[in-house]
Amino acid sequence: MSALLQNLVNQPYKHGFVTEIESDIAPKGLNEEIIRMISAKKNEPDWLLSFRLRAYEKWLSMTEPQWQNVKYPKIDFQDISYYSAPKPKKKLASMDEVDPELLRTFEKLGVPLHERAALAGVAVDVIFDSVSVATTFKEKLAEVGIIFCSISEAVQNYPELVQKYLGSVVPVGDNFYAALNSAVFTDGSFCYIPEGVKCPMDLSTYFRINTEGSGQFERTLIIAENGASVSYLEGCTAPRFDTNQLHAAVVELVALDNAEIKYSTVQNWYAGDEKGIGGIYNFVTKRGLAKGINSRISWTQVETGSAITWKYPSCILRGENSVGEFYSVAVTNNYQQADTGTKMIHIGKNTRSTIVSKGISAGHSNSSYRGLVRIAPTAENARNYSQCDSMLIGDQCGANTFPYIQVHNNTAVVEHEASTSKIGEDQLFYFAQRGIGAEEAVSMIINGFCKEVFQQLPMEFAVEATKLLSFKLEGSVG
Amino acid sequence: MIDQNSKTLLEVRDLHAKVSDVEILKGVNLTVKCGEIHAIMGLNGSGKSTFAKVLAGHPGYQVTAGSVSFDNQDLLSLEPEVRSRNGIFLAFQYPIEIPGVANSQFLRLAYNTNQLSRGKEELDPLEFDDFVREKMQLLEMNVDFLDRSVNEGFSGGEKKRNEILQMALLEPKLAILDETDSGLDIDALRIVASGVNKLTNKDNAIILVTHYQRLLDYIVPDYVHIMESGRIIKTSGKDLAKELEVHGYDWIKADQLAKSTESSI
Ligand SMILES: Nc1ncnc2c1ncn2[C@@H]1O[C@H](COP(=O)(O)OP(=O)(O)O)[C@@H](O)[C@H]1O
Ligand SMILES: [Mg+2]
Repeated sequence: MSALLQNLVNQPYKHGFVTEIESDIAPKGLNEEIIRMISAKKNEPDWLLSFRLRAYEKWLSMTEPQWQNVKYPKIDFQDISYYSAPKPKKKLASMDEVDPELLRTFEKLGVPLHERAALAGVAVDVIFDSVSVATTFKEKLAEVGIIFCSISEAVQNYPELVQKYLGSVVPVGDNFYAALNSAVFTDGSFCYIPEGVKCPMDLSTYFRINTEGSGQFERTLIIAENGASVSYLEGCTAPRFDTNQLHAAVVELVALDNAEIKYSTVQNWYAGDEKGIGGIYNFVTKRGLAKGINSRISWTQVETGSAITWKYPSCILRGENSVGEFYSVAVTNNYQQADTGTKMIHIGKNTRSTIVSKGISAGHSNSSYRGLVRIAPTAENARNYSQCDSMLIGDQCGANTFPYIQVHNNTAVVEHEASTSKIGEDQLFYFAQRGIGAEEAVSMIINGFCKEVFQQLPMEFAVEATKLLSFKLEGSVG
Repeated sequence: MIDQNSKTLLEVRDLHAKVSDVEILKGVNLTVKCGEIHAIMGLNGSGKSTFAKVLAGHPGYQVTAGSVSFDNQDLLSLEPEVRSRNGIFLAFQYPIEIPGVANSQFLRLAYNTNQLSRGKEELDPLEFDDFVREKMQLLEMNVDFLDRSVNEGFSGGEKKRNEILQMALLEPKLAILDETDSGLDIDALRIVASGVNKLTNKDNAIILVTHYQRLLDYIVPDYVHIMESGRIIKTSGKDLAKELEVHGYDWIKADQLAKSTESSI
């Protein structure tokens, strides 16, 4: 059966191509001068330059984290170029002015930009090689006072908002990769939902890494004021390269009183080939601060790509009655490695959190769930429910669960459930005996396994995720 | 019902099969014609389930010798899903649980896959819901089973009914029911048996695997075969099961022994 299952999970990467757009690339290496250059190129105010330099200072004193359950050769941080941007030709007034090469890229990716935006009612803020090329639906959002733009634009146009919140959830020295990001981030998204406004559409960003050897350091900041709510979608693909690419993004979310932020990710970066050569190193810091009373932060992720994933979207539940949620599907195949999970930090009274993690391992891959639930002494009546399920396809792969539970208030109720299952020969035979082939059977079992997570995704995303998973796990049945 | 003129559906000749290098089937011969009901009886471990799974094409079992033709085709060269679509149905002795997959979804996919392969119309979820509810009534099954995961948390009897429900949906040419009676109380047995009886006609056939006479009071076989150590050692009419009930398997063995001694004289 192994042969059958092994074949099932091997599929070439669909999005493997490079777009030829002239890039403006900084020389390799990192020093104060490079940081000053980035800041100057982006015409940044002094406070941001000093933010970067503070981060760089911290970074120099830090070492790479070693505790995660993944293996990879040491990264030479002086061998990375920290800035790359398409040469800005002129300011774009409309979609028609977007580089046709870029539009073709999106078409190849199956994301015809305006069509997608129009059809799905989704505003797409396109990050292309670290610089925003186009922003759509801006006016419509502006009508209700929502700001949705690249973070560079926000720095220019809303500096006081950016200054107030940037680094307020993930401090510059939070961890090695967050410090690096804070020092050199080139672009990302900024989103501000004013008081009482429910964002009328899902906001969406398609990330894409495009220059070989250039790191990607996106920075995203989302703020929901009192009573505001927003659903934000992040989807990623990357072209096929042989050299590993480092990706160290930082995402910060701030939800004030009665505000709600739902952040959904479908991640499908290049995972390396079937021998484990190449692929993205995805070392990401994502954290949400549920600052106000009754606020809610919800992370949903479907992680299918990257050679290595190191990522713990977390919630700091500071407001009374605030809610944190983490729904995750992580698929690894071939030699992919994932160490992913969440942190739920309960500080406020009556705070609640839910963790649902589904890990699927195939091939020689390894997938670990790592989750922290901390109930602070102040968190009266806090509740957490965690469920971590692993599914193995074949017998060469591995799955681990590392739950850390720290309870400092005895009124807390913390529940943890875990399971490991295997798609077995007898299950596939049962399907076959009813006329259903192995590919369809695996896809049905996997989608059933991930149902609770997919249900959390916005509709179109759920459809995409379902297809993506089948695609990742199906192939030549033999 | 036996009709000498009806066509042969299944022809098993000298079938040998092994699992993890142990030979389990050691030369099975069996001929099944359309319209017939065959019972295969035998002690635990005699190879009945193995025979059923080999016919259905379980990849864990290796056929080492012999041939099987089904509906004039070489059955052994076909993938298990193709055998199913061609009309072989196995009601499992121990139906496996498939967590997370809704029974309704599974049943519909199975149904539509078979419809498609027969060039017939597929049903959308709403149409299928009506259709399957009707079939469930036949088996006096609670419709709640549609929303649950396939076989998950079903009692032994519920699993067996779910198997017969699938038989009703797929309308196979040859249904192999492996110990469908075990785990059923007498009421359930009566319901399931009457369901099976309604599904039989002159164009299909049934192989009932059982080691109790009980089921055969409700589904009356045309032939009864006794399996022992991977072979069919005796074949007779329906009364054989009754004699077996009275005298036990040792009687067959003694009978066989007597015969072989006779023939050697
Ligand atoms: N997977 C297996 N590995 C080893 N032996 C097996 C396996 N499956 C069945 N057997 C053996 O084959 C014999 C026949 O089993 P089975 O066909 O289940 O008998 P029955 O259905 O008549 O009770 C038994 O001795 C059983 O232990
Ligand atoms: Mg058996």
